[in-house]
Amino acid sequence: MKKLLVLFFLLVFQTVLAAPVENLEDLGPADEKRYRDLISELRCLVCQNQSLADSDAELALDMRKEVHKKVVAGESDQEIIDFLVARYGDFVRYRPPVNATTLLLWFGPFLLLALGAFVLMKNSKKKDSPEALTTEQHAEAQRLLKESDEDNAS
Amino acid sequence: MNRYLLPLGVFIGLVILLGIGLTLNPREVPSPFIGKPAPAFTLPTVHDANKQFSHEDFKGQVSLFNVWASWCVACREEHPLLVELSKTSDIPIYGLNYKDKLADAKRWLKMLGNPYLDSASDIEGKAGFNWGVYGVPETFLIDKKGIVRYKKIGPITKQDLQETILPMIQQLRGEAG
Repeated sequence: MKKLLVLFFLLVFQTVLAAPVENLEDLGPADEKRYRDLISELRCLVCQNQSLADSDAELALDMRKEVHKKVVAGESDQEIIDFLVARYGDFVRYRPPVNATTLLLWFGPFLLLALGAFVLMKNSKKKDSPEALTTEQHAEAQRLLKESDEDNAS
Repeated sequence: MNRYLLPLGVFIGLVILLGIGLTLNPREVPSPFIGKPAPAFTLPTVHDANKQFSHEDFKGQVSLFNVWASWCVACREEHPLLVELSKTSDIPIYGLNYKDKLADAKRWLKMLGNPYLDSASDIEGKAGFNWGVYGVPETFLIDKKGIVRYKKIGPITKQDLQETILPMIQQLRGEAG
């Protein structure tokens, strides 16, 4: 059982184990952090749900190399991102810029939240104020309550 | 009855939305090059190391630029269509041999036919990188001014050709150079 478990975890986390590590010795600590932040924020286009940092694909490797080179050359984060966006489009960023095509992407969730809040408010108000009873209904309710009291007493 | 209508409506809306999502191809990332000049490169051709092919060679005609490689399985699938197109039409097709070995590329063209007027040999993939290539094969349609007008990621199908590419070429040929 234990062996199976080990095997299971090895299989599950193999991508993590296999994540390639480049030679980052030529980067200072600050630049290394910058490099790592950048590659975790950029998308690999071959395996679209992985960042450059996570991906093993050859394209991701090329793109990481390019980012590495540019970090060494002292280009700013914005310059590096712009360079990749010019080639691969906004899609390469995990945090796309706000523009006409991404408006719904950015603000859709808030719209849904507002809608949810609206529905919730409307529904809870209904429960707070039950419909008023007519005089006859009220009398009937009183009679029923009284009856059940008498039943309990007997 | 009425109170079921809203959840049902929301559910149907969601199904429709997700259904549309299923028909879309997430690999088709909109290219940032559409409407922009072809990215610059100068490379030797596959068949002649002394001959240079560059982005300037696109100018003056409407042409197709197809990124291919001998290791690319989907290219093999697409190839007969390109060969046929090169035989039955006068549309110039150029190739970018992406991250390939020269010998492999030559053998591939010999075996399967060569639809390309010229193929630039991009062994390191530098030009491919500048063209934003990520899923070979990719095909670009370039107008007379050397501006990229259309990009197809993945193999071209007969349908793409008939419904999109050929009509576009007709239209682009009508434009002033």
